[in-house]
Amino acid sequence: MGSQDHSYDGPILECRDLCISYFTRAGEIPAVIDFNMTLNQGGSIGLVGESGCGKSTVAMAIMRYLGGNGAIVRGQVLYKGRDMASLSEEELRQLRGNEIAMVYQEPMAALNPSMTLGRQLMEVPLCHEKISEAEARKRAMQILADVNLPDPERVMAAYPHQISGGQQQRVVIAMALLSNPSLLLLDEPTTALDVTVEAGIIELIGQIAKKFSTSMVYISHNLGLILETCDRVNVMYSGVVVESGTVTEVFDQMRHPYTKGLFGCIPLPGADKSARPLVPIRGQLPLPHQRPPGCYFAPRCDFFKQGLCDLEDLHMTSVPNQPGHDVRCRRWQEIDWSTYKPVGVGVGEVQAGEVVLSLNKMKKYYEITDNSIAAMIRGKRVRYVKANESISLEARASETVAIVGESGCGKSTFAKVLMGLETATDGEVMFNGKDISQEQVQKRSADQVGSMQMIFQNPFDTLNPSHSVGSQLARVIRKFGVETDGDKIEQRVMELLDLVKLPRDFARRRPRQLSGGQKQRVGIARAFAGNPSTVVADEPVSALDVSVQAAVTGLLMDIQKTYRTTLIFISHDLSLVRYLADRVVVMYLGRIVEQGTTDEVFAPPYHPYTEALLSAVPIADTSVERTRIILEGNLPSVTNPPSGCVFNTRCQRKIGAICETEVPPIFEPSEGHRIACHLSREEMLAMKPVISLAATPESPAAE
Amino acid sequence: MTDQVVAGVPRRESSLLRTVRGLALIRESAVGMIGLSLVLFWVLVAIFAPLLAPFPPNQTGLPLSPPGAVGLEGNVYWLGTDQLGRDTLSRIIYGSRQVLLYAPLATLCAYLVGIPMGLAAGYRRGLTDDILSFISNVILSFPVLVLYIIIIATIGASGSNIVIAVTFASAPGIMRIVRGLVLDLRNREYVFAAETRGESPWRIMLVEILPNARGPLIVDACLRLGYVVITIGTLGFLGLGLPPPDPDWGGMVSELRSFAIINPLLAVFPCIAISSLVLGFNLLADGLREVSLRD
Amino acid sequence: MLIFMFRRFGTMVLTMVVVSILVFLLLEINVESVAIKVLGPYTSVEQRNLWLERNGYFDPAILRYLRWLGNFVIGDFGSSVRFKVPVSDVLWPRLANTGILGGIALFLASLIGLTLGVIAGMREGGPRDRGVSVSAILTTSVPEFASATFLLSFFVFHLGWLPGTSGMADGFDLRQLVLPVMVLVIYDWGYIARMTRASMAEVMTTHYIRTAVLKGLPYGQVIRRHAMRNALIAPFTVIMLQINWLLSGVIVVEVAFGYKGFGALLYEASLNQDIYLIEACAMVAVFVAVMTQTLADVGYTYLNPRIRFS
Repeated sequence: MGSQDHSYDGPILECRDLCISYFTRAGEIPAVIDFNMTLNQGGSIGLVGESGCGKSTVAMAIMRYLGGNGAIVRGQVLYKGRDMASLSEEELRQLRGNEIAMVYQEPMAALNPSMTLGRQLMEVPLCHEKISEAEARKRAMQILADVNLPDPERVMAAYPHQISGGQQQRVVIAMALLSNPSLLLLDEPTTALDVTVEAGIIELIGQIAKKFSTSMVYISHNLGLILETCDRVNVMYSGVVVESGTVTEVFDQMRHPYTKGLFGCIPLPGADKSARPLVPIRGQLPLPHQRPPGCYFAPRCDFFKQGLCDLEDLHMTSVPNQPGHDVRCRRWQEIDWSTYKPVGVGVGEVQAGEVVLSLNKMKKYYEITDNSIAAMIRGKRVRYVKANESISLEARASETVAIVGESGCGKSTFAKVLMGLETATDGEVMFNGKDISQEQVQKRSADQVGSMQMIFQNPFDTLNPSHSVGSQLARVIRKFGVETDGDKIEQRVMELLDLVKLPRDFARRRPRQLSGGQKQRVGIARAFAGNPSTVVADEPVSALDVSVQAAVTGLLMDIQKTYRTTLIFISHDLSLVRYLADRVVVMYLGRIVEQGTTDEVFAPPYHPYTEALLSAVPIADTSVERTRIILEGNLPSVTNPPSGCVFNTRCQRKIGAICETEVPPIFEPSEGHRIACHLSREEMLAMKPVISLAATPESPAAE
Repeated sequence: MTDQVVAGVPRRESSLLRTVRGLALIRESAVGMIGLSLVLFWVLVAIFAPLLAPFPPNQTGLPLSPPGAVGLEGNVYWLGTDQLGRDTLSRIIYGSRQVLLYAPLATLCAYLVGIPMGLAAGYRRGLTDDILSFISNVILSFPVLVLYIIIIATIGASGSNIVIAVTFASAPGIMRIVRGLVLDLRNREYVFAAETRGESPWRIMLVEILPNARGPLIVDACLRLGYVVITIGTLGFLGLGLPPPDPDWGGMVSELRSFAIINPLLAVFPCIAISSLVLGFNLLADGLREVSLRD
Repeated sequence: MLIFMFRRFGTMVLTMVVVSILVFLLLEINVESVAIKVLGPYTSVEQRNLWLERNGYFDPAILRYLRWLGNFVIGDFGSSVRFKVPVSDVLWPRLANTGILGGIALFLASLIGLTLGVIAGMREGGPRDRGVSVSAILTTSVPEFASATFLLSFFVFHLGWLPGTSGMADGFDLRQLVLPVMVLVIYDWGYIARMTRASMAEVMTTHYIRTAVLKGLPYGQVIRRHAMRNALIAPFTVIMLQINWLLSGVIVVEVAFGYKGFGALLYEASLNQDIYLIEACAMVAVFVAVMTQTLADVGYTYLNPRIRFS
C-alpha cells in the first residue's frame, strides 16, 4: 500500500510564500506571487479563480513539474514537512503517483491513446511497489469497481477512445487512487464534461474523500463545485490569493471586492432574477506583464482609492474573530456592503411582439452509410441520424428563447437549419411569414440573410485573424446592402463599435490584439450589422471568464431590448438561461422534451430530464438546497437512439416498458408549457422543486 | 478585392505589410538568417553576373586547367576550366541565373495550379475532393524522377518544358497540403460566419481561408524551391535539363566528372554551388517555421 | 477493417489502371513517333506504315490500349529496341540489383533516422535536437549527384579506399556498394529523422506523457512505453513513402556509379527512346510505389488503435 508515514501528523502540504515565474523571450513573467496554503490531513482546499490566475501553476509546482521554462523563484512547497525542492529525482519519482496523485482536466488527452486502460492502470502499482502482474491486475480491477465503473473486465481491455468522457475521467481518478495517495490534486476534473456527467464525478469525488481519507486540492473556476467538494477555499486573482478561509466564511461573508464581484457575476438558477441581478465586473483581467502597482484588482474595483490601493507591499490581513480567514485588501474594513447597490444587467419585463419565427415539426436527418459487413448482408446500408426530430416552437419579437441541452442534443444542427447552412428534411420553418426550411443561405435574399444572424461560441475563432476588425464589419454592412457608400460604411462601423461599447480605434486592430471578451463584442456587432430581426446566439459566453461573461451577457440583452430583436439563445448553462430567457426549450438527443416560459420550466412539474439537469447544476450559494439526482449510464449515441422515449435509458422516473416502446405523449400542465413524458398527471403534479432556498437565507455581508 | 478604405486604413496594403512584417521576424532566427544570406548571395550573384564573372560563360580557353591557373589573356581561372577551356567560375556565376529563373518560375506555376485545386478539394469536399484527390494520388504514385524522365522523354528538354514538368509533378503535392490546411480552417467560426451571410464559396476560399493558410504555405514554398533546384540540377546531370551550351550546374557536374581522373576537384565546385543554394532555401524554411511557431 | 483493406486494394488497382492510361497516352498515342522510336529516324514512311499496320497500330486507340494492357498483365512487355531482347529479360535482373541497393540503403537510413529522430525529439530545442536537426537539413540539401561527386573525389581519388564505379563487372563486390548506399543514406536519413523528431516532439508535449511522468514512471519507461509507441506511428508511413523517393534517388546513383540496376536501365531507355522499355520500367516503378503506399496505409491503420477499433 501507499507508504503513508504514520509518525508524521503535521499538515500534509504547506506552501510558504511561494512565487513561481515563467521565463520567456520577453523576460520573467510571474505566474504566482506570494502564495500560502496549509492543507491538513484529510482536509480539502479549493483553489478558485479565472483563467490565468495561476491556480494550475500551483498544482504543477506542488508536483515539481513546471516544464522547461517555469521555476519556483522564492518560497517553499513542503510535503509532510519535507521541502519538495530538496528531493532528488529518484525521491521525487517515488512520490509522484504514489503519495501525490493528480486528476486532469481533459481525460481523453490524459490517457495514452495506444495503450489499453488496463496496462495504464497496472503500471502505477508495478512501478511503485514490488508486486506481481497478477496482483497489479487484481488491484486495478478492484479500483475500477470502486469508482463505479460497470464491467471492469471490459474497461481493462479497452483503449481510451472506446469509452465515454465520463468513464475516462473515472479511469483517471482510479489511476490516481491506485496507490492510495495521501494527497490528491484535482485540476478542473469536470470542466470538459457535460453537467449531468459532472454531477456523477463530483459525487464520486465526495465518496473518495470519505472512503480513502485522502487530502485534496481542488482546482476550479466554478465556485459552485468548490462549495460541494471543499472545506476551505483560496480565491485567486492574477497570480495572488485575494481571499482565503473556510468555505462558509468566504461564501457567506466575503470581504474582498473581487470575491464579492465574482459572486455577483454568477447566475444562480434558484434566485429570482430581479431580486438578485447579475452584476458584471467592468474591464478585464490584466495580462501578467501589465499588472497595475499595488492591488491587481484596483482598475476594476469600485472601492479603489488613489494613494492607498496602488501602494506596493500589499499583504494578507486576518479578519478578526475568524482565524484563517484572510483578505488581501487595504480597505476591506472600511467598505460598507449594505450601501453598495451596483447596477445589475438586463432586468425588466419586455412586451413580446408578434411571432417572428415559428417551426412546425421541423426534422433534420443526416444520412450515414454503414459499411460493416453485417449491414451489407441485411441490405440496410443507409441509416439516418435524427439530429432534429419534430421540432416545433415559436419565437416572438423582442423575446429571448433559450435552447438548452447537453452535447449531442441537436442544438447546433438546429442553428444550422435556421441559418440556411443545411436544409430541413421535413417540416416548416416560417420566418417573417415565409418558409425558409428548404432555402440554402445562398438562395436567400440579402435582406433575409441580414435579418437573421448568428453569434458564435469561440471568441478565438469567431473573427478572421487575417483581417482587421473594421474591414470585417464593413464587409457585413456592404454584403447586406445596409450602406454602399464608403464613408457611410465607415460611419456605420463606428456606430457598431459604439453599440458594443468598444473604442472606435478598434476598427484598425487585428483580432489578435483583442481579449476574448472584446472579440465576442465584435462578434455581437457583426451580428447586429444588418439590423437583424432575429439573432441566433450559440453559447456566446460559455468560453469567457465568469467576470467577463456577465458583462457580455448584459450587453447582448441591452442591445436586444433596444432593437426588439428576437434572440435564440443556445446554451448548456441553465443558470444563465434562468436570467435572460423568456422561454426555455429543453432538448435531449434531437427531441424537445420540455418547453415553456422560464418560470414554468424552472418549477415543477418538470420533465425528468429537466429535473436531473437542474439538480446537476452546481450552485455557489450556501443558502440553496437542492435535491440530488445522479443520472445513470452514458448519453446514448445519436446514431442509435433508444426507442420509445429517448430518455428512458437514464431516466430516474422510468415507469416501465411503456417508456421503451411508445413515444411519450405531450402533457400540458398550463398553456404553452409542454412536457413529453409518460408520467401520469398526478405524478407530474406531485413533483417537488429541485432547488429551494433554505428557511432563513442570511446574508451577513449585506448587514 | 478592391481597395476598400476602412477607418482610413487601406486594406490591401496593411495585409501585405503585415505579411512582410511577419517575414521580417526571420531576424530572430540565426538559422533562418544564414539561409536568407545564402539565398540573397546567389540572387545578387545572378543579378550582377556580367560584372562578377571574369569570362563570358561560353568563351573557350585552356581546357581542363586546374584551379588558379592563368589564362591566355592573363586572367585567372580561379576554379579551373572544363574540357572546352570554359571558365568554371564564370559558368557557375551565369548558371545561377538559369536556376534562379526556372526554379521560382516553376514553383510559382505549381502553386498557381495546386492552390485552387487544394481549396476546391478541401472546401467543397464530396465528389470534387474525391476526384481531385484521386488525380493527385495517381500523379504522386510515380517516383518523381521517373515522372520527369517520362515527361521530358515525351516533350523534350527545354527551360519551358522543365517548368511544365515541375508544375505537373508538384501541383498534386501542393494540393494535398492546401487541402489539409483548408480542412482544418473550414471549421472555424469565421468561416461559418461568412457562410451565414451568404458569401460565395470562392470568396470564402480566397478571402476567408487562404490568407490564414499563408504561414505554412510560405514555409512549404521555401522547401519546395530547394527541391526544385535539386530537380533542375538532377535533370541537368542526367542530360535532360537545359540544352547546351548555356551553363547549367547539373550539366557542368556531369561533364566535369568525366575528367575526375585528371582533377577530381573540378566537378566539386558546381556541386558546392548547388548545395549551398538548396541549403539556403532549406535553412530559410526552417527559420520561418521556427519563427511562425512562436506566436 | 476487412472492408477497408478491400477498398484500399481496389483503389490501388484503379490507380494502376489510371497510371497505365497515362503512360499509354504519353508514350503511345502518337503512332508516328512510336514507329520512329522503334524503327529509328532513318526509315521511310512506307516502312513505318508497314510496321505499324503489321503490329495493329492503326486499330482504334481503345483497342490498342486494352491489348497493350492485357500483354502487360501477363508479363509480356514487348521487346527492347536497344537490347534486342524481350524487355522482361533485362528488367527483372536489374530490378533485383536495385532491390539489394535500395533495401540496404532504406534499412540504414531508417535505422539512423529513427534513432536520431527519437533522441532529438525527446527534448525539443535542446542541444541534441539542434545538432540532429541542423545536420539533417545540411545533408538533405545536397543533391544525390553532388554528394556522389563529393564522396567520389574524397574516398576514391583522395584516399583511394574505394572503387569509383559499381559496375560489378567481376561479380558481386560489396565494396562497390559502399558509395552508392552512402549517397542514398545521406540524402534520405535526414527526412526520416526530421519526421520522427517532429512526431516525437509533439508526443512529448501531450498530456498523456505528463500523466505518465506524474504517475512516477522512470523516464526510460515514459519514453519507451508511452512516447515511442505513439511517436513511431507517423514515421512508419514516412518510411514506406520514402521508397517512392528512393526510386528516384536510385536512378541518379546508378547512373553516377554505373551500377547495373533498374534506375540506370530506365535512364538508358529514355536516352535511347527505347519506348517499350520505358513503359515497362515506369509501370514497374509505379507498381512498387503504389504497393508500398497501400501497405503504408494498411499498416498505419493497424498500428493505430484509434482507427483499428472503430
